[in-house]
Amino acid sequence: MVGGRVTLALAPGALAALAADHTVALVSGTNGKTTTTAMLAAALQSTGPVATNLAGSNMFGGMVAALSNAVSGATAVLETDEAHLPEALARTRARLVLLLNLTRDQLDRVSEVRMQAQKWREALSEAGHLLVVVANADDPMVVWAAQGSPTVVWVAGGTTWRLDSSSCPACASSIHWPDSAANPASSAWACSGCDLRRPDDHAGLGLHASGSQIRVAVPDLQIPGAVNRRNAALAVTAAVLLGADPAKAVDAVGGLEAPGGRFETTEVNGMPVRLLLAKNPAGWGEAMRIVSPDGPLVIAINAKVQDGRDPSWLWDVDFEQLAGRFVVATGERGRDLAVRLLYARVEHAMVPDLAGAVTTASAHPTVSGPVDVLGNYSAFQQYRRVAAR
Amino acid sequence: MSDVSIGLLYPDLLGTYGDGGNATVLARRLEWRGITSEILPVSLGDPIPESCNIYLLGGGEDQPQTAVADALIASGALHRAADQGAVVFAVCAGMQVLGHSFAVAGDDEKGGIGLLDITTERGRGPRPVGEIAVDLDPDFGSAPLSGYENHGGVTRLGREARRLGTVTAGFGNHDGRGSEGAVQGMTIGTYLHGPALARNAHLADLLLSWATGQQLAPVDDTEIDALRAERLARGTRFDRGTSLLSRFRR
Repeated sequence: MVGGRVTLALAPGALAALAADHTVALVSGTNGKTTTTAMLAAALQSTGPVATNLAGSNMFGGMVAALSNAVSGATAVLETDEAHLPEALARTRARLVLLLNLTRDQLDRVSEVRMQAQKWREALSEAGHLLVVVANADDPMVVWAAQGSPTVVWVAGGTTWRLDSSSCPACASSIHWPDSAANPASSAWACSGCDLRRPDDHAGLGLHASGSQIRVAVPDLQIPGAVNRRNAALAVTAAVLLGADPAKAVDAVGGLEAPGGRFETTEVNGMPVRLLLAKNPAGWGEAMRIVSPDGPLVIAINAKVQDGRDPSWLWDVDFEQLAGRFVVATGERGRDLAVRLLYARVEHAMVPDLAGAVTTASAHPTVSGPVDVLGNYSAFQQYRRVAAR
Repeated sequence: MSDVSIGLLYPDLLGTYGDGGNATVLARRLEWRGITSEILPVSLGDPIPESCNIYLLGGGEDQPQTAVADALIASGALHRAADQGAVVFAVCAGMQVLGHSFAVAGDDEKGGIGLLDITTERGRGPRPVGEIAVDLDPDFGSAPLSGYENHGGVTRLGREARRLGTVTAGFGNHDGRGSEGAVQGMTIGTYLHGPALARNAHLADLLLSWATGQQLAPVDDTEIDALRAERLARGTRFDRGTSLLSRFRR
């Protein structure tokens, strides 16, 4: 990635020049970018050489580095930071864009959610080189942004986070979210003031091929969580649109393990731990659905630039659901988390040392099994380094 | 029937920075004193109950902020409740709509409800983003306040409103006078996120003592005070770095 940054400094047009040699697919959204990029790259392996950026290197430097190392003609699957998507589209002249979700994240750094959706929408409407947008029909911000493009394949990508979509991005009227008992992540939402509503999806999970619709049966994944099954549906759909055989794409995604260390089982101080990454309220909601219900739990919070300097989002996360459990708070902003847990009535301890936090969590009498460690971005990366020792 | 009812106004529109946490903090701090409470979230289109003891408003983006101002003006309920002695605590965009006017993108001036004698314009230059420390007006408490600010407004106080405190690090009202927030009767406005009441237990208890009319028993605030002390000691030093730099760059 450093190489990519140097190349960009020397030749600002490098990304456009390098991308000209490839069919480019961009993957963007607030959550699930790294995992879904890895899924799409895997799903395309059967079609020929694939180039992709290293996990998390999702700005222009990382894209240049990925393309510099690519075989001529390789399909490039590029994870794209959501704020960089408009410019990445213009520079790479991408043929396909996959849009996962758009929710609050690092509000001190990236512009606010609806402003971001507006920028996506404008960029997509100007991207004449684009063949198709694969977009999550369950997220109103994504739907409104994707409708900037004439050709969208809608996928039931799910959302369990509605706080940023309670009012319409088009007209500001309230959005109605009827409960869906069958699939809580997929509601037939509709704006009360204008025409914006959930589009009928063309693709989804667990159904078979029929007519013009793409139906992919996603097998059990190595990666945990319902959210990742939905990400897999988006990735497989995109791969099929780029020419992959559906069955091969599904198999490749099913075999994928721990992209970028996410969901990896490893060891800290000789104790088994599973590392989970969550970066914002929507991501935390999904991560807390994945943690083991009776295992030891460590939550690590930092507020470095890449995490967002302002951890007030902790108050948007439903930590109340952890009541009855014992949680060890750690990280540079462990005190912010401890206060949040106090007010959420969750029994907790604050242990600043990362390895010490794992020891304290596993020593608690009420728990058993491997330690689930949930961290936000830089805290997760620090734990990966602690685990590698 | 609860002892104290807390009206959480438009959390779906003005809740971008975790400000809904202020309601949780108030409810728990009452519970610790054996006082029951209920939180009543009010969404766009719902009638605003006039019988709450405390009303809360949070921060948010321009478009929802304008929608909230229009709803509050149309209803008039918040103004009537405040006149009848309810406590109002409003953060950032929420404070701005309580004033006479505020500005949104494109420098459009919008009318507020005039519960606070303040006006807000759009600031020029870099947006104040970062840790903020405030010396509280002694009438409202002795310990300093810690928070996180992220706004583009310049708020000026009229005669009827007084400052909540004086900025010692950060920008606050950004009025060139070092003022932060606004207080008028039992209505408080502030630019502090964090959320404000989570980091500052004494401010939360001030609101609760106004709302209940009683002196509240002390509770164990060790963890909260440790957080506030950490922020006051550390936040100002390096979180301000980028804003200071960008000021030099202009």
